[in-house]
Amino acid sequence: MQTEVIMSGFGGQGLMMIGKLLAYAGLEEGKEVTWLPSYGPEMRGGTANCTVVVGDRPIGSPLISSPKAAVVMNQPSLEKFAPTLKKNGILVINSSMIPINSDRDDLRSFRIKANDIAAELGNRRSANLVMLGAYIGMEEAVTHETILKAIEKTFEKKPQFVEVNCKTFMEGYELAKAGKSDD
Amino acid sequence: MKKIFGYPNSLTVNPTHYCPGCTHGTIHRLVAESLDELGLRERAVGIAPVGCSVLAYNYFNCDMFEASHGRAPAVATGAKRCRPDLIVFTYQGDGDLASIGMAEIVHAANRGEKITVIFVNNAIYGMTGGQMAPTTMPGQVTTTCPAGRNPSHEGYPIRVVELLSTLRTPAFIARAAAHTPLHVIEAKRVIREAFRLQAEDVCFSMVEVLSTCPTNWGLTPSEANKWLQENMVPYYPLGVLKRPDVDETPIPEVAASLKGA
Amino acid sequence: MAKVLMKGCEAIGEAAVRAGCRNFFGYPITPQTEVPEYLAKRLPEVGGLFVQAESEVAAINMLYGAAGVGKRVLTSSSSPGISLMAEGVSYIATCHLPVVLVNIVRAGPGLGGILPAQSDYLQATKGHGHGDYKLVVLAPSSVQEAVDLMYEAFDLADHYLTPVMVMGDGMIGQMMEPVEIPPMRDLDDLPAKPWAITGAKGRKPNIVNSLYLSEVACNANNWKMKEKYDEIVKREKRSETYGCDGEKLDVLIVAYGTMARICNTAMAEVVASDKQKRIGLFRPITLWPYPYEALAKEAEKAKQILVVEMSTGQMVEDVQLAVLGSRPIDFYGLTGGLVPSPDDVADKLRKILT
Repeated sequence: MQTEVIMSGFGGQGLMMIGKLLAYAGLEEGKEVTWLPSYGPEMRGGTANCTVVVGDRPIGSPLISSPKAAVVMNQPSLEKFAPTLKKNGILVINSSMIPINSDRDDLRSFRIKANDIAAELGNRRSANLVMLGAYIGMEEAVTHETILKAIEKTFEKKPQFVEVNCKTFMEGYELAKAGKSDD
Repeated sequence: MKKIFGYPNSLTVNPTHYCPGCTHGTIHRLVAESLDELGLRERAVGIAPVGCSVLAYNYFNCDMFEASHGRAPAVATGAKRCRPDLIVFTYQGDGDLASIGMAEIVHAANRGEKITVIFVNNAIYGMTGGQMAPTTMPGQVTTTCPAGRNPSHEGYPIRVVELLSTLRTPAFIARAAAHTPLHVIEAKRVIREAFRLQAEDVCFSMVEVLSTCPTNWGLTPSEANKWLQENMVPYYPLGVLKRPDVDETPIPEVAASLKGA
Repeated sequence: MAKVLMKGCEAIGEAAVRAGCRNFFGYPITPQTEVPEYLAKRLPEVGGLFVQAESEVAAINMLYGAAGVGKRVLTSSSSPGISLMAEGVSYIATCHLPVVLVNIVRAGPGLGGILPAQSDYLQATKGHGHGDYKLVVLAPSSVQEAVDLMYEAFDLADHYLTPVMVMGDGMIGQMMEPVEIPPMRDLDDLPAKPWAITGAKGRKPNIVNSLYLSEVACNANNWKMKEKYDEIVKREKRSETYGCDGEKLDVLIVAYGTMARICNTAMAEVVASDKQKRIGLFRPITLWPYPYEALAKEAEKAKQILVVEMSTGQMVEDVQLAVLGSRPIDFYGLTGGLVPSPDDVADKLRKILT
């Protein structure tokens, strides 16, 4: 069993970070993981993405041309990665920023107002965690409990954010579990 | 019979390859005497350049590196940083230090590497046979400026120690000359001072020594000494240009002797 | 020991510290800047030394000085910076000094790009600086292997008194994977270096020098180096194979570094869709010395060979030398920072197989 997800959006939206959370959680569960960032001059503002592979066996290519899942936080990312997804692939769309859908009908799409939810819950910078929650709700690449632990560990030095970040993550997770897509 | 003069312990007993009238041999001796007098030979590490003094490792009786062209201050940095107890000096000519190695000397000085740099400026490339150096005088004829150095084409000679003296990092920076006995005595004083400052872990220290190259200047040794005095000394003033902030007081005997020069 | 998740560049830095290296000199260049950044923080914690040089030229000469006084020393750079270091490495090799270099290869030539590439293969294995010298070149394909090879690189350098390069592409440097970090080497156990520049106290001066004005002496040193390289060729060749257990192969892929992992996935994809196909993969770990004999042995099983690289085909020359015309060799490559994806390689394999 191997899950592969591309997480993509504008630089600064925190895609690298949720990718790392997923990778840490995979490691915590004793799985094989790779985290591969796009890197380059687009550290701020441009599009940035990372690919996370979590598997039971040693991972071949850390670079995935047609992933099984994509988490997209801006429209250019949707346009770039939706066409590359495998059949029956998972597509988590940040509907706060992306008005359109993919025209593919062979995907499992889920729309979620990540920015709005994060703002309502009190930390507008944690829209990325809403997205991660929704992805884990769609496909338990790792358990949501392990992600919660990873959040606690990552924000060890900023404990004031732990509670709200766990809450935003869980909000995304539960909406996806319940299949409440923002259509 | 009492021996009153001999080889410094810090020099090997090897005949040098330097041309008759060249001042390299004298400057080697000044460095060696300084190491002997300060008791530093057993901790000393010399770094030879590329240029006429490329074979200096045959002449100094201490551990030696031979560096690539211009990079002696970088080699010195690596050695000194890893072994701060060693006394590390570079011995470089004007092509090596002021042309190809300008970046390395500026940054080593600016980092305040606690090394000693002996910079021999004879206004010409010696080893390759008399080409223009960054320190060649205006109007001076060399094989690559056969009509004489033209400042509108080649710029003016670089005054390296003045340039380095503008750096904020504490340092001891001086210019001396080796063309008369009196100047040699003065050069010895500043070279010794430079090594003393390193031994006391105070600062970067550097002495430029104006030097002659009778062979490539096309002059006899005595004509060359005269040419240096008349052409180089006015353009490259002698003296201590910079002292470390921790010791702003001038060294009186050096100042006095230079005034008379 | 528990695994930790680390970025390749940082893991490389930590492995160097564990290997007993306490001295780093380098200059920032993407995509390896995390190596100096990591070590700038890490080395002072273990009483080590970090110096940011004014250029790669200065950095390699600082290594010359540091290795000359007998210390384990590291620099890290990326392609254009490695070109600038070539002269210094030639001096270091000629003086029989042990240093370790990391090249996180970026797209070239020229300023190229900052994305992954493997286009420094020929530079690292055949040329680099001037003169008759060789670099031992180790090519990891995972962060764990990068750590293990870094750890060993210092021992190889000290054993053979020669520069060793760990060469990864941008992906190795930037990727995070779980790694097991090796234990801290006891600095008192590192090899003695009686030739080092330590001050001529109670002995004759030691001289570190690569100038030989006597042609006889120069010739002698070159043959002394050659003997050492022959020894390395005899003892240090390393490679791995995947899917080569059977008697016959339709295609043998040859790839190194992360490219080999991508090929491994492509190979599995093709075999999954057509169980009749027999595909194997040969991955050199030492690029110099190149494992010619091991490759020749695997090639004997194969109808044909496919070399895949992030270059226009640099390793192809060594594959040709290994098989000596006995098998057709096909090549697939992308450059400029484009990385052949598993699908790209699978497409190429299918084309070859039909």
